[in-house]
Amino acid sequence: MSAASLNPAATAAPVEKSEGVWHAAWRRFKADRVGLVSALIVLAFLLLVLLASLGLVAKNWQAEVGVANAPPTFIGPKPAEATGAIEAPKGPNVDLSAVDPLAPRYAEIEEAAKKYRTTDTAKAETLPLGGDRLGRDVLDKAIKGTQISVFVGVLAAVLATLIGTVLGALAGFFGGKVGDFLEWLYNVFEAIPGILLIFAFAAVFGRGIGTVVLILGLAGWTGLYRQVRAEFMKHGGREYVRAAEAIGASAWSRMFKHILPNISHVILVRMSLLVVGFIKSEVILSYLGLGVGVEDVSWGTMLAEAQSELILGHWWQLAAATLFMAVFVTAFSLMADAVRDALDPKLRGLE
Amino acid sequence: MAAYILRRLWQMVPTIFGVVLLVFFLFKYFGGDPAEILGGLNATPEQIAAIRQQLGLDQPVWVQLGIYLKSIVTFDWGKSWATNEAVSNLFASRLPATLTVMLPILILDVLLALPIAMWVAYRRGSLADRSLMVITTVALSISFLVYIIVGQYLFGFQLGWFPVQGWSDNFWTNLITYVPLPVLLAVMVGLAPQTRLYRSFFLDELGHDYVRTARAKGLTENTVMFRHVLRNAMIPILTNIGLSLPGVFVGSFLIEVFFSIPGLGREILLAVNRSDYPVIQAIAVYLAVLTMVINLIVDVMFKLVDPRVVLK
Repeated sequence: MSAASLNPAATAAPVEKSEGVWHAAWRRFKADRVGLVSALIVLAFLLLVLLASLGLVAKNWQAEVGVANAPPTFIGPKPAEATGAIEAPKGPNVDLSAVDPLAPRYAEIEEAAKKYRTTDTAKAETLPLGGDRLGRDVLDKAIKGTQISVFVGVLAAVLATLIGTVLGALAGFFGGKVGDFLEWLYNVFEAIPGILLIFAFAAVFGRGIGTVVLILGLAGWTGLYRQVRAEFMKHGGREYVRAAEAIGASAWSRMFKHILPNISHVILVRMSLLVVGFIKSEVILSYLGLGVGVEDVSWGTMLAEAQSELILGHWWQLAAATLFMAVFVTAFSLMADAVRDALDPKLRGLE
Repeated sequence: MAAYILRRLWQMVPTIFGVVLLVFFLFKYFGGDPAEILGGLNATPEQIAAIRQQLGLDQPVWVQLGIYLKSIVTFDWGKSWATNEAVSNLFASRLPATLTVMLPILILDVLLALPIAMWVAYRRGSLADRSLMVITTVALSISFLVYIIVGQYLFGFQLGWFPVQGWSDNFWTNLITYVPLPVLLAVMVGLAPQTRLYRSFFLDELGHDYVRTARAKGLTENTVMFRHVLRNAMIPILTNIGLSLPGVFVGSFLIEVFFSIPGLGREILLAVNRSDYPVIQAIAVYLAVLTMVINLIVDVMFKLVDPRVVLK
């Protein structure tokens, strides 16, 4: 019996490559059925967002295609209201041609009117998910609203992540004066209550989609900063970073080429939590009129309209906006949980 | 201990200064012009100039900053530019309304979340635990706005159990008539994240060795849970309550706007919309100080509760 069979790794297989963190995470993620299903739902939503931004669906969401407050199709059209034609008045003074100064020109007017063509647009009595008070299709609005709300949430999370990561990396890696200054900045932002900060930025920048992204990003980076800073402090002294320094890697390269890939899973998890939070904030900001502009629609502006509609019994816009948001946010949170479990199995099932 | 508290208080100074600078320059350079807002649509340029002069807006920036700093040090906040109400009076009249709503919410949240979290953490993985996690995930995904809109419609308008909104001068009328609906809705919203958080704290404690030791020496499950686990889990839970305290003093502006409650949260929204500098600046500094003082108190309480904690 040779030594090789006792210790096959030594000779037979040269060096067994250990599984990478992303590979292992993907293997764990695939086994998580809830996570997979929610990831599929999120992907479907992202596809919807893509189609809506390319103008392939819900392009004409502003078209007034139905009657005002058209009910959803599965309920059926509104019962006809008693709006019968007013009975022609009878009496001695009905014929106005004696007193009407325009009476001699009746024929002329009719003649002129014939030159213009009028078309009767048939407005739908019912729409798939109902119509709003202008008769716009609620389904189209919800899809367009999804585009704006998801777009804002994701972009703001990216912005906050960028700010938090760069500042956290600088503070954690360099420490000293830079670290002190950034800690001071962090303390200042933490000491001001979130709503005052958000309102202040909102009042300052006006409204619009870009503004909301900016506001949420500028007000929401602190949590991520704190975590990235802690990770950089931890990793800054590790052997692999010292080794990189020894072979002459610059500070920049050590920070973003060596340490950053090793903590990217922490950032990813944190960012997905930010997306959910920012989508909720966007809805509230838009509701208050500090969010997206009047020519845009988001879940928040739909809710704002829905409030007055609900009192009249038109619940469908509220239901559509709530449903779209609830499905997306639930799926996204479950996916974020699954991603966290896959990347950091120690935490599985804790929260 | 005294040295520690003094040092922490001293460390607050640069932070407060930063808050002052941020708020001051944010509104100074980017905010609306308060003179134009106060003057209204029909104001002549002379009137606007007069208002600017009256408010000191024509002074150099550093003079304005000096006036602001002086007002902070002397606690003389001046008057609201929009309503001419003294800012100190504004605090005194708005804070009670905010607390009347926020304190019941906080107390109910904790009292309900604690036993539920402890129970599901103890029966981890059971049907009750898993269904609670699903329910809280879904509950968390619905906007607070929807809870308020539907709640007002259902309980206030359709069923008529509560007034849809309103406020009175009498504390007891407020507490019995106007507060229940907003509190009910806010607790419905707040309970889900709170329960999840507390559950994770309990699970964390349940995994420790002392729990196994306690069981091994034959203690009853009740003793293990209430004498050992609960006490240890109270540390993160109390921290969490401490961290949420500043929010209690700010109030929920959504609740206050929807239910017409004259509290601080609504005042912040109003002040920002009117570019009412004295009010904004006073609120910012007040809240920053409050947040930091509460954090300090939480840290000191830790030391008192848990002798192992070393104050740095």
